[in-house]
Amino acid sequence: MLDLINVSYDTQIPNNVGLSSDKRVLKALEKWHPGYINWWNDLIPENFQQSLVYLRTAVSVDPKGWAKFDYVKMPEYRWGVLLAPQVEGRRIPCGEHAGEPAWQEVPGEYRALMRRLIVIQGDTEPASVEQQRFLGLTAPSLYDMRNLFQVNVEEGRHLWAMVYLLHKYFGADGREEADDLLRRQSGSEEAPRMLGAFNEETPDWLSFFMFTYFTDRDGKMQLESLAQSGFDPLSRTCRFMLTEEAHHMFVGETGVGRTIERTCQVMNENGIEDPYDTDRIRALGVIDLPTIQKKLNLHYTLSLDLFGQEVSTNAANAFNAGIKGRYMESRLDDDHKLTGDTYKVLDVDGDRIITRDVPALTAINMRLRDDYTRDASGGVGRWNKIIEKAGIQFEMKLPHESFNRKIGVFADKLFNPDGEHVTGAEYDEGMKNWLPTHADGDFIQSLMKPEREPGKYASWIAPPKVGINNKPGDFEYVKLHMA
Amino acid sequence: MSQPQKQHLIDPEICIRCYTCEMTCPVEAIVHDDSNVVVDFDKCNFCMDCIPVCPTGSIDEWRVVETPYSVEDQFSWMELPEQQDFGPAGSGVDTSIEALDEQMAALLAEAHSGAGGKSKAPASASKPSVNLYTIGKPAEATVQGNYQLTAEGADSDVRHIILDFDGHPFPVLEGQSIGIIPPGTDDNGKPHLPRLYSVSSPRDGERPNYNNLSLTVKREPNGVCSNYVCDLKVGDKVQVTGPFGATFLMPDDPDAKLLMICTGTGSAPFRAFTMRRQRNAAGRSGGMTLFFGARTPQSLPYFGPLKKVPETMLRKHLVFSRIEGEPKQYVQDKLREEAATVGDLLKDPNAYIYICGLRSMEEGVESAFADIARRNGLNWTDVRNGMREEGRYHVETY
Repeated sequence: MLDLINVSYDTQIPNNVGLSSDKRVLKALEKWHPGYINWWNDLIPENFQQSLVYLRTAVSVDPKGWAKFDYVKMPEYRWGVLLAPQVEGRRIPCGEHAGEPAWQEVPGEYRALMRRLIVIQGDTEPASVEQQRFLGLTAPSLYDMRNLFQVNVEEGRHLWAMVYLLHKYFGADGREEADDLLRRQSGSEEAPRMLGAFNEETPDWLSFFMFTYFTDRDGKMQLESLAQSGFDPLSRTCRFMLTEEAHHMFVGETGVGRTIERTCQVMNENGIEDPYDTDRIRALGVIDLPTIQKKLNLHYTLSLDLFGQEVSTNAANAFNAGIKGRYMESRLDDDHKLTGDTYKVLDVDGDRIITRDVPALTAINMRLRDDYTRDASGGVGRWNKIIEKAGIQFEMKLPHESFNRKIGVFADKLFNPDGEHVTGAEYDEGMKNWLPTHADGDFIQSLMKPEREPGKYASWIAPPKVGINNKPGDFEYVKLHMA
Repeated sequence: MSQPQKQHLIDPEICIRCYTCEMTCPVEAIVHDDSNVVVDFDKCNFCMDCIPVCPTGSIDEWRVVETPYSVEDQFSWMELPEQQDFGPAGSGVDTSIEALDEQMAALLAEAHSGAGGKSKAPASASKPSVNLYTIGKPAEATVQGNYQLTAEGADSDVRHIILDFDGHPFPVLEGQSIGIIPPGTDDNGKPHLPRLYSVSSPRDGERPNYNNLSLTVKREPNGVCSNYVCDLKVGDKVQVTGPFGATFLMPDDPDAKLLMICTGTGSAPFRAFTMRRQRNAAGRSGGMTLFFGARTPQSLPYFGPLKKVPETMLRKHLVFSRIEGEPKQYVQDKLREEAATVGDLLKDPNAYIYICGLRSMEEGVESAFADIARRNGLNWTDVRNGMREEGRYHVETY
């Protein structure tokens, strides 16, 4: 009888999938493991590899065992294969097979489609670690450095999770795909990562916070829809990953929030009421609110592109096949087949934005994107509360979905952040107020000075309200290795 | 008048509305509207499953209330309400309340979280008093003794401190803690909060029928309170709060078997347990087994006196991780070596397990228990949860 709650440590890889009795997969993973460790070691600067980081490790999937905190050297982090406990009698939640018992093996007819979805998901995990590899050097505090590394090791574990599925269920093809996940590199000319947004380096910490808030939230929505999959091992993997993903949302939301809080605080201390008094505000070593809004505009719109075309037959096929569900599928109250339903999608008619009803089945992407926008707007509201509490007249806003898009019906069309069509001249003129300029980037870069004393924070960011695992303010989250 | 009760709340200023707690809660006690994520008092059974999954720390909030806040109340909050002041509480209060002030309650909740669910006192345990003395109204104790327990030159400095309460009643049970308020202020100019220390003497006093108690305190580098306590001199006056803790207690049953596992100053409550049995019941005992880990014999508190306790009273397994020329040994290694007797205890309905020491020991001990359980055809999680529900599994780590 397999013990599905207690992770077995009798093999190299902590897992609750009975790896030790599955010699074939164990062997494949142990073969893949050295390449993974090489990838990690080549990636993160050496002195961080040797540092002791106060990290959370999942040692089992019950609520008690999945968050163990201790100092760990990152290369010794226990990346494991952990699946949420199997739900007895689970059924396929949507599509033409709705109501049939969930698959424990991949159905032959959906093999290619399923493999592709897993590979795309898997490709984003190491990509973001690659994008963020140099941020440790400019961390605004040991607390933030620890959060960065926590995000990194968990992305690493998510890669493990996807690689396990490839090895276990997709034979030789799967092994090849797993190797390719380590071969592709973010930003590489010859072998770039699969999605555009994952090939840009994350240049500074505000970008990192925006990335974790907006782009990781796309990841969260994709995981949510895969957690509804009729392929049970995929669903269970993604459900467990979502618990970890919540930490990434936390890093993003509080990171941006603390940046805003610090700016407001410094403005008040210096009697500056006008949030657009940029030069004075910047001279005080904090990031002015309009620049933060520009970063928001950029990262939100890049992330919207990750949802793909508004109307998509691929998405319809995946839903209909029961491979991907909608956000919170099991809580939705309809027939879960969408055969006769319609859904409103945005479209462009000349210069105007219109809505039109399309078959709901083809609008799966659009629906997930709408759920995403709703989810993302919550944190923006909480950021505004910080500004309001400080008594400053400024409001952060999500730009209209038509602004700055490269994919979908709005791709390369000239809309401003309010969703109004503008002329080429107006667009060129407006852009410097809508998206971060190189000069903005230079300014932000100038603030990226590392702060490595426990309990101290760089000039541009406020300390957090609560420590990780309730630790006190001056806790040494990273014991730096001084080479 | 209704009894004060403990209520679980979520801090709306810190929560990021990821709903992970809501997905995790096995009894659907957590709900949300467009503004807040809240805990329904009528449904929450304090299983604590939601605590570790929260990425923000907003979920670890507790208030003692006369009338619980409704779900609607909580939906309207922009911030958490302050704790009401109840003053000292005697033994009449709900016995699962470990402390009436929120900081102490939060500290104990965290220390006990390793039990994997809501801690319960042994059914036969004596009823503890909690919160007789508070930050606003502390008790004053006089230092009667301060003895170094570790050898000169050992890699740690552990002290045995004796405090006398003179005429002030200060009833404690073995396993309870007290708070010590270090003098002075913190970096923000605020008075220091009390630090918790587990009492290492039995209920009738360090010396029988004297109104005193003892503590086992390790000096921590830069530790505000531990340095203060370790440097105390006979005659010094100390501000004390408490007592605190209502679950990490011994059963009032001389036939109960106690399995006690500790490292370092985690031995404090077990010294108290052992002395209680020695003094009471005239040494009659269902048996006590101690697994005690330290780096070296020189750094193991009470190494000398401990060796004098007869094996018939207390079976002792002392393990050391830093003896030159010998392999490192940890308590979990010894547990595995003793798998047969430990396995018997896991199956014995009158056995009680206590774990006390550094947080880092928990995982190793748990995995040793899991292995031993498996060898006995048992599922550790089930065994642990069952024992905890019956007040027979206790963890206090820090």
